[in-house]
Amino acid sequence: MTLSVTELSVSAEDRRIARLAAAAVGLSLIDAAIPTPLPGVKPGLANIVTLLVLARYGWTTAAWVTGLRVLAGSLLLGQFLAPGFFLSATGSVASLGMLALARHLPERWFGPVSWSILAAFAHIGGQLLLARAWLIPHDGVFLLTPVFGAAALFFGTINGLIVARLMNEQPHSGPLHA
Amino acid sequence: MAWLSLFRPGDWLLLLTGGALVGATVPLFWQGGFADRAIIRKDGEVFAQVDLRARHNLSVPGPLGTTLISVEPGRARVVSDPGLRQYCVRQGWLSRPGEIAICAPNRVSLQIAGRTKAYDSLSY
Repeated sequence: MTLSVTELSVSAEDRRIARLAAAAVGLSLIDAAIPTPLPGVKPGLANIVTLLVLARYGWTTAAWVTGLRVLAGSLLLGQFLAPGFFLSATGSVASLGMLALARHLPERWFGPVSWSILAAFAHIGGQLLLARAWLIPHDGVFLLTPVFGAAALFFGTINGLIVARLMNEQPHSGPLHA
Repeated sequence: MAWLSLFRPGDWLLLLTGGALVGATVPLFWQGGFADRAIIRKDGEVFAQVDLRARHNLSVPGPLGTTLISVEPGRARVVSDPGLRQYCVRQGWLSRPGEIAICAPNRVSLQIAGRTKAYDSLSY
């Protein structure tokens, strides 16, 4: 029997993704610790990282960071494969899909605030559809649409402003300290 | 303020559009606009279906006596019931689809119904 050594080569990109995902996981833990009046109404602080990554490193890196954040965050919170995990995965897929389109908006007119608002609406929209289709199969779920929509608009705007501010402070690409 | 300078023109547009959209969903989803009739049952059988648009009073005879039901535009309630504990009377006005007042001793129930059939409860 010969010993074989499997070498995993870690690129700079991998390290960057891991570092950013760790920051996002930290923020989603803070998110989970904030008490909310209604499940689903959350600040979504980790999306700040997603948007910064999108602006600085592109959509693919943002998708990696978000995917790892959802996975690792759910493991840490004991939510893995629980309904909350699928809700958060669905929301992330929807908002990443929206961001894939939104980042092509003309930069002169639309900034991180627009991205953030659009992503927040896509996020809650995806979650509501999943909840309707699977968790609460009744149209009564949509009675909460105004509440979720208002929360998405509010937190989306605030997160977008934070992203815009961070981008103004560190306009040039460089290591992110989140 | 410094924060305001972070908005780009399109951001304002999107914020206002989003606000208008959310505002538009409020009446659509949240005014109980779905409630359109009251179903009164006696012994589990439908005794009467009353449109919630008009004022209406109804007496339903049961084994203990008469249950009085009052219907007003958009809402309905049990006014009086011969039952001992008066649970259905104390529930007051019902206005959302799926809400129900059950006068069990007199075997009468009053339920609000909408266009879509509501579930009583769901469990997993």
